[in-house]
Amino acid sequence: MSLVEIKNLHASVNSNEILKGINLTVNAGEVHSIMGPNGSGKSTLAGVLARRESYTVTQGSITFNGKDLLQMKPEDAACEGLFLAFQYPVEIPGISNAYFLRAALNAIRKSRGQEELDAMDFLPLLREKMRLLEMDEKFLNRPVNEGFSGGEKKRNEIVQMAVLEPKLCVLDETDSGLDIDALKIVAKGVNAMRNKDRAMIVVTHYQRLLDYIVPDYVHVLVNGKIVKSGGPELALELEEKGYSWTEAEPAGARR
Amino acid sequence: MSTTDQIKDIAKQEYKWGFITDVDEDRLPPGLNEDVVRAISAKKEEPEFMTEWRLKSYRFWATQETSHAEPEWANVKYPPIDYQGLSYYSAPKQKKQLSSLEEVDPEILKTYAKLGIPLHEQKLLAGVAVDAVFDSVSVATTFKAKLSELGIIFCSFSEAVKNHPDLVKKYLGTVVPYTDNFFAALNSAVFSDGSFVYVPKGVRCPMELSTYFRINAQNTGQFERTLIIADEGAYVSYLEGCTAPVRDENQLHAAVVELIAHDNATIKYSTVQNWYPGDKEGKGGIYNFVTKRGKCLGKNSKISWTQVETGSAITWKYPSCILQGDNSVGEFYSVALTNNYQQADTGTKMIHIGKNTTSTIVSKGISAGHGQNTYRGMVKILKGATGARNYTQCDSLLIGDKCGAHTFPYIEVKNSTARMEHEASTSKIGEDQIFYLQQRGISKEEAVAMIINGFCKTVFRELPMEFAVEAQKLLSISLEGSVG
Repeated sequence: MSLVEIKNLHASVNSNEILKGINLTVNAGEVHSIMGPNGSGKSTLAGVLARRESYTVTQGSITFNGKDLLQMKPEDAACEGLFLAFQYPVEIPGISNAYFLRAALNAIRKSRGQEELDAMDFLPLLREKMRLLEMDEKFLNRPVNEGFSGGEKKRNEIVQMAVLEPKLCVLDETDSGLDIDALKIVAKGVNAMRNKDRAMIVVTHYQRLLDYIVPDYVHVLVNGKIVKSGGPELALELEEKGYSWTEAEPAGARR
Repeated sequence: MSTTDQIKDIAKQEYKWGFITDVDEDRLPPGLNEDVVRAISAKKEEPEFMTEWRLKSYRFWATQETSHAEPEWANVKYPPIDYQGLSYYSAPKQKKQLSSLEEVDPEILKTYAKLGIPLHEQKLLAGVAVDAVFDSVSVATTFKAKLSELGIIFCSFSEAVKNHPDLVKKYLGTVVPYTDNFFAALNSAVFSDGSFVYVPKGVRCPMELSTYFRINAQNTGQFERTLIIADEGAYVSYLEGCTAPVRDENQLHAAVVELIAHDNATIKYSTVQNWYPGDKEGKGGIYNFVTKRGKCLGKNSKISWTQVETGSAITWKYPSCILQGDNSVGEFYSVALTNNYQQADTGTKMIHIGKNTTSTIVSKGISAGHGQNTYRGMVKILKGATGARNYTQCDSLLIGDKCGAHTFPYIEVKNSTARMEHEASTSKIGEDQIFYLQQRGISKEEAVAMIINGFCKTVFRELPMEFAVEAQKLLSISLEGSVG
């Protein structure tokens, strides 16, 4: 059974239809990349998956882990194992990174009937993941994302992902605003999490990220529809020819 | 369910501590005149000087009342109060002095139990001495023995008048004279009881002193009077926390708190105020018109106010510091929350008189529902206050689109060496923030509580540990049902 099954998904924001019939199947262990020009609906797709309220699904269905994702609240989807690495991580003043992340992990554990972790058990886990992303320990006690540089915010997203160990990782333009060194660190963190039980949907505008996180499948999203799907070589072709090249061809949405 | 709806739900939560205790009351008929003032004084078996002071206060108040001098400058609205329709004294009937808790009226003890006030062993373990004020008369005082070994006096105001008249006479009204304002004058005339603390020279009070106030008798304005004196080099931390039962009619509360810090002394005064705010339509609720002021009389003295105000229909309160001694320090840390139809006009005054005096103001206002939240602050640097410094930070957080946040900072500088900093911000609680936390598995309700607690962090960390925990819970409860 596939982990994610998106069928004929239509979604709108403020009554503007952004997604116009997406079909996509993602199995455990696979990494799919969604590429596309600005305004094609990439972030909307990521947002719909994370159950953002401002996006209205008007048609279609999404099955996640055998359940109807569209019936879930954002926190339910998170507890079910869906993680969104934000394009613009949000600042939460006055709440430390460590406190926030432990609250998140415990909320998820609780929903699964697992015991909550106390600070003594949690901190070593968090420290380990922070080392992986080469983040200084001082970030433990800094308020969530407050005063972080763009690169630090993105690395912090991946730290959270590593701690929460989701089944599906949705990375929304994680490469934007990263210099090449930070990009390599982030990619290392993401790659360390690839395994046969976990799937990833990597949303990106540029092929650059895919040099470091090599996808199994690449889908090209244009004007709310997947117009082309292929292997990693498709990303290179896009880099060479630009998005306008795909628009000429009819859609072959399913892989 | 949208965020707005959920937060509305939180806001809709009923006041949790609405219940009424039946206790035989000894009360005066409604109305206020010189005879009533004399009667109050007589009931309390007060010495002559006290009666006279009350009468002077009453006469001043009476001129104020007839000239309609009740203050109207505050950004709050309420129907006129019929001062002659209130009863000015009520006390649980008790003939003899009590020596142990067993002698306390079981009904009263039950009320404490419902409120979760651990008057017995728990407090012993926690190291908190409690002077419980139940409808104006102290019914029990603990820890007195331990404190008195150190020469610390911690008792009800009535007891202080009887047993330490010299101290009362010396300090009463020296920080808040009865002519100060309409409500202070009223309080001075009819105050029922309150707390008195004196910490002698060089003594550091080893425990947090705590008093729980509770308004109980219907239609009885409660007029608390608190006086705290820290002598040279002394230190004391005082906690005040309150809850009150549900009532239909508005209840007037006009307290006066005076603090005096001598050379090198420190007074820390923390409040968690959770009086009945009225129902969802704004009916009922306490009118909380309080005058709180501290005087840093000696050099290097320090007075620090921390308040978490979540209750009352109307709050009118400006805990202030008169920085008279050189190098003295004044602090004001405040969280004020208004939900439904609550109104708060609160802030502080920092009056810099001595040299190198420093003041810090951190105010966090949260408005939800139809709540109106006003920060009103004054920083005044007098001519002789060379080297004075002030830092003010004033943040407002709005939840929903029917509430309001208002800021009125007044700054008056008469010495050019002064350094002033003022930061202010107003923000709406962000859908983005809530979604971010939800995406990590945290429920919407917890997300809102977390964001609010983060917003208030700089104030909460000034509170004693157990008070801080209580304050966080209180904010979550007060906001249940309101975010958008």
